[in-house]
Amino acid sequence: MILGLIEHDRGELNAQTLEMITLARELAANLGTSLAGVVIGDRPGQVADALGDWGLETVYLVEDPRLDEYAPDAWAGALVQLMEQKQPQAVMAIGSDRGNEVLARTAARANLPLAVNCTEIQPEGDAYFVTRVRWGGTVLEEARLHGAPKLLTVAPFVVEPQEAEGASTPSLVTVAPVLDEADLRVRVTARIAPQREGVSLAEAPVVVAGGRGVDSAEGFESLDVLAALLGGAVGCSRVVTNNGWRPHSDQVGQTGVRVAPEIYIACGISGASQHMAGCTGSKHILVINNDPEAPILAQADYAIIGDLHEVVPAISEAVRERQG
Amino acid sequence: MNTLVCVKRVPATGARVTLTPDEQAIDARYLSFAVGPHEECAIEAAVQIAEEYDGDVTVLTLGEADAVEQLRYALAMGAHEMILLETEDGDSDWGPMATAGAIVDAIRQKEAEGDAFDILLFGNDSADAGGFQVGVRVAYALGLPVVTGVKGLEISDGHATARREGGGGWEVYEVDLPAVFTVKEGLNLPRYPSIPGKLRARRRKPETIAPNRGEDGLEKIRLKVPETEKKQAQILGHGPEAAPKVADILEELGLLS
Repeated sequence: MILGLIEHDRGELNAQTLEMITLARELAANLGTSLAGVVIGDRPGQVADALGDWGLETVYLVEDPRLDEYAPDAWAGALVQLMEQKQPQAVMAIGSDRGNEVLARTAARANLPLAVNCTEIQPEGDAYFVTRVRWGGTVLEEARLHGAPKLLTVAPFVVEPQEAEGASTPSLVTVAPVLDEADLRVRVTARIAPQREGVSLAEAPVVVAGGRGVDSAEGFESLDVLAALLGGAVGCSRVVTNNGWRPHSDQVGQTGVRVAPEIYIACGISGASQHMAGCTGSKHILVINNDPEAPILAQADYAIIGDLHEVVPAISEAVRERQG
Repeated sequence: MNTLVCVKRVPATGARVTLTPDEQAIDARYLSFAVGPHEECAIEAAVQIAEEYDGDVTVLTLGEADAVEQLRYALAMGAHEMILLETEDGDSDWGPMATAGAIVDAIRQKEAEGDAFDILLFGNDSADAGGFQVGVRVAYALGLPVVTGVKGLEISDGHATARREGGGGWEVYEVDLPAVFTVKEGLNLPRYPSIPGKLRARRRKPETIAPNRGEDGLEKIRLKVPETEKKQAQILGHGPEAAPKVADILEELGLLS
């Protein structure tokens, strides 16, 4: 059996879990074994309803009223108990913050190896041959993963999520976990709602991003104007947050936000790999840069060569004319 | 209030990454090295805690002799002590289980010598290997609570309140110390090392420990650079005169409605 962790937050499914399940389904077929899912929470059944077409034979519902809030040690403890009872060949999760965390804790608890953010998984004797993401996707690593069961997470945004053909409704099996106080000492005790003005950077259809070339906090004013006109958000590179010109929440890149807008307008950004790791999911990239040799041009669709401090206001002007 | 910060020496990559001929590492001949971005914030947090509550900041790394450069960087930011778990040359890319094991050994050794830590800080994931697990493994081995992905940390009276992104907002965690936190960039804005700090750090030598390399079940075979689609950007023009062409593109994409 391959066991996939169905990730959710207080009953709301993380849809990217299907990317992991898609890869897990291939692996299960390769190994000639079954695919099962596990939902951990206070009312796991409410999540299971959405999993009908995923090709899961069984969904284990790990149910405990103390799991109404996220408690990562308890999630890991429940996974370890299920591993001992059901002896799966592999346990997998999506490589989100939560998926990586829960599997890291599971690996630490069970003293097993863990490969996170895999893009390919092939059984190879007793081991798995895996390809995994390093450097935020700039470099890939081919590795051999040992241990039983194998613990892996799947890199987000790599696998095209697919529902299973002719899937039947999974059978639901409720499991009561054995949890002690130590499993609940790390637990969400409060939540703070986001302070959101306008559209979030991660979901914006247009991102106007600035780099070193913007030169100052004030230099971002014209980018703010253009983003507002287009109903988009402003992003920036790491050098900008390091200089204190913008808050870190605006940073696009390996250590910041990953964006996937219709168009990414990169102003005065050279294109360091740390930055590009955050914006290569954009459908189109437009570069405004005074250096025609800037590396970012090799990953862009369109470019204007010129001073962004002149070009960006001119674009805003042209947009205003069209918008009437 | 004593804090341990674990950091990693990584090459400061630019736009193009090339590998060594044996495909085991990034070719760093023309690159400088740095502390990973998350870990730079960990150092800053530790220094702030020491400034507020008194106590020492010890910075630790596992790496080759050259990694002392990153320990000294932390010292110049305000850390007090350095521990180098020195590996043999060309052999610093240990897997996460072996790395965590060596760090646990070192922490136990320090404890036996009477140096216990109240707070242990790690980066959420290393910039290069991105394993997401060394801090978690260390916490479990020591029986300590661990909060990951931390972007806000307040300490008071043997207790910590940690904040991280989740569920569309912030999740708040409360734990008793000692505890482990794996932190993310954005926790704070790290200071630049001062010149006198750099000069003082240059004269200091780290405590060096020869780490024991335990087993690891994740075995690197080779690295490769993914083939990215090389594009030839269409040059729309030079200077502000090209702006109407951008409006054309935005209109085509349906973004001007």
